[in-house]
Amino acid sequence: MPTYKLTVNKKKYKVEVDADTPLLWVLRDSLDLVGTKYGCGIAQCGACTVHLDGKAVRSCVLPVAAVEGKEITTIEGLSEKGNHPLQEAWATVDVPQCGYCQAGQIMSAAALLASNPNPTEEEIMTAMQGNICRCATYNKIKEAIQIAATQK
Amino acid sequence: MTMNTTYNRRSFFKVSALAGGGVMFGFHLLQTQQAEAGLAETLVNTSGLNGYIQIDSKGIVTIMSANPEGGQNVKTSMPMVVAEELDVAWKNVIVKQAPLDTKNFVRQVAGGSQSLRFSWKALRTAGATARQMLINAAAKKWGVNASECTTSEGIITNAKGQKITYGEIAEEAAKMEIPKDVTFKNPKDFKIIGKSTQNVDMKAITTGQPLFGLDFKREGMLYAVALRPPAFGQKLDSFDDTETRKVNGVKDVIKFGDKIAVLATSTWAAIKGQRALKAQWKEGTKLESTEEHDKKMLAFLDTPSTAPKRNDGDVKAAFASADKVIEKVFQAPFMPHNTLEPMNFFGHVTAEKAEFVGPTQRPEQTRKEVATLLGMKEEQISIDMTRIGGGFGRRLMWDFVLEVAEISKLAQKPIKLVFTREDDMTCGQYRPASKYKFRMAIKDKKAVAYHLTGTGTNGQNFVRETFFPAGAFENLLMESHNLESNITIAPWRAPITNFLAFAEQAFFDEVAKEIGADPVQFRLDLFEQARANAQKGMKFDYDVDKSIGVIKLAAEKANWGKAQKGVYQGFSTYYSHNTYVAQVAEVVLENNTPVLKKIICAIDCGIVVNPVAAVNQSEGGVIDGVGHAMFGDFAFVNGKPQANNFNKFRLIRMNEAPKVEIHFVPSLNDPTGLGEPTLPPVGAAIANAIAAATGKRLYGFPFVKELGTQGS
Repeated sequence: MPTYKLTVNKKKYKVEVDADTPLLWVLRDSLDLVGTKYGCGIAQCGACTVHLDGKAVRSCVLPVAAVEGKEITTIEGLSEKGNHPLQEAWATVDVPQCGYCQAGQIMSAAALLASNPNPTEEEIMTAMQGNICRCATYNKIKEAIQIAATQK
Repeated sequence: MTMNTTYNRRSFFKVSALAGGGVMFGFHLLQTQQAEAGLAETLVNTSGLNGYIQIDSKGIVTIMSANPEGGQNVKTSMPMVVAEELDVAWKNVIVKQAPLDTKNFVRQVAGGSQSLRFSWKALRTAGATARQMLINAAAKKWGVNASECTTSEGIITNAKGQKITYGEIAEEAAKMEIPKDVTFKNPKDFKIIGKSTQNVDMKAITTGQPLFGLDFKREGMLYAVALRPPAFGQKLDSFDDTETRKVNGVKDVIKFGDKIAVLATSTWAAIKGQRALKAQWKEGTKLESTEEHDKKMLAFLDTPSTAPKRNDGDVKAAFASADKVIEKVFQAPFMPHNTLEPMNFFGHVTAEKAEFVGPTQRPEQTRKEVATLLGMKEEQISIDMTRIGGGFGRRLMWDFVLEVAEISKLAQKPIKLVFTREDDMTCGQYRPASKYKFRMAIKDKKAVAYHLTGTGTNGQNFVRETFFPAGAFENLLMESHNLESNITIAPWRAPITNFLAFAEQAFFDEVAKEIGADPVQFRLDLFEQARANAQKGMKFDYDVDKSIGVIKLAAEKANWGKAQKGVYQGFSTYYSHNTYVAQVAEVVLENNTPVLKKIICAIDCGIVVNPVAAVNQSEGGVIDGVGHAMFGDFAFVNGKPQANNFNKFRLIRMNEAPKVEIHFVPSLNDPTGLGEPTLPPVGAAIANAIAAATGKRLYGFPFVKELGTQGS
């Protein structure tokens, strides 16, 4: 199996996996970073969202061979102490129900706020359209993003 | 590692002191938590007492959460009840998940919206008993009467003003006799209950710490992904695993029953191995299709039942003398649960014992089923519960635990079984497909007789003969027919009522319109009739005053009948899981297409333990109901499901979620269910608002299909 050098959350890793292995499974199974979730495997639900050079991507369809040399950020590395404005807003609003999708939601929202610090409600909905919350915490997610945006 | 405690049925508490200065009122500790405890321990053995409390010498209180947590907030709200009666400050409380332990806990189930309702007294007893023991120990130390001592936030004070903390007296308290009768707080004095309290797993969730079944790992385990028959009714004929065994990381391929498991060192290798399997399938039982189900169910709707579920008065005569009969048929497809965390479980079966870890809503029944499968005693089997990435009823089933048990036994290895999304959506356990025929006899512009016939797949009863409108009509007939099918079904959030409530409340709206009555007043009148009939001895399961209470609250909050121009309202109300709900949906027309804007929802669920979570749960139920009413569709052709992932099964997304307003009826009654009751009525609220806006009536899910639109 080939070896890949990855930079995840500013740390360097070497992994030996097949070239077609989605980044999702490298993170979860090889690197023990299980915050990034599996939901659909076909980029439809957003549970696996991570940042690739700052942009939100679906790691379940991103082969490891395509991410060498790029900066990968996962929910574990979004902030040093778990205190990104979104993480704090999530707690303020008490967003989660089951909680399974929330890492992906936060990563999508973080990429949005990084490129658009004051998004309109429409822009939030457009950016978050790829993230499913089966418990339907959507209105709370929207509210938390709006709060985080005011605190940046 | 087992705890050094002996079980004595005659004693309430059994004390087993270890080194240290604290005390545990409680039961089993998970191994990892025992080291953290390192304190004196006390074992509680009492029927009905099902929480456990550990207090360290600094007064830090650990409260075990007995029930599975899948988003209902029980891991926060149930310990809140214990902490309230114990009278400690919530900031000094740590919550930990308990394993399955039938000796010491009751009903470790996440289902039926019953966690808080069933455990309410046991949780309060656990807290109040521990508090009394702490007081008794302090009184003894001071040489005063226990009755002169008071507590507040973990501190005991006597009449002279002397103080001692729970942490300081905890070890002594563990040696005290168990009080037989304890007094509960007056709900008016609650400090924790009724105060919005943050989800105890918040930090772990927002920072991606391991919490869920899919996150669980054990050294030396292999990942398993299984290939199952692609259609219901098929059996395995033969298979070729040549290509599978060539996949890097695949360690073994194991046939079990009509399924094949691929075992590998990573999830991805197991998935690739599954995809590379070449299997031939043969017909075992009939390959069923939705079209054929529909025909059979429609025929049932015209077939009188030999054993009606309820038959009040003389329905036949009432219909025969009616001025008019309104008759409508409503239809619901099968529905997958689609928990976002797909089914998965860890299992390690050896000759001596079997260990399981994962997300389950029903660990006790699961253990029984596993014991039968493995031919083991239940004592040889342990089940630890992880946080559940969505249940909705799917994880009340145990098929995936039986599978991992079988695979681990055959492989003689620790195994983590993972379903792909496709496996999860196509391998069974669905909300049954169902149909209803409603008939209402109208005489002198009044609804005078009611006849409901229900049918569906693999269900004993598709009607609810003790719920409204039973009691509201002197002449009422309810019948149910079962269509046997080889497509497996499971409870799905608010079983049966998740569709029945829509159909019934949409039908009532149409009847109200037909007789020229206001939809809200029409319901109120029916409930008044139920009150009158109850006085004549008619029996039913709901409370008339609470039913009327939520209807009036919803109507008031929504400004019923006085909506802004261009806003169309629809009303619906339903009682389920011991909770009363009434809703008003507001729809506007955009380019002549109805768009749902808002749902106003009134709820009577007794005391609201954790308001922030209660609102979240209620709003989630509403939007879940909106999503499945609007988009939920699932059909079979020759036994094969026609959708297998989220590109083919549409779940509601953020821009489709309406605003939701939740209003609770202030109450000091014991809490009732909240996980399910807001879902059933919502479909009708929307459909009735759409009818008000467009004149078009909707008779089935998904609405987008009936409306011929994409929906929004």
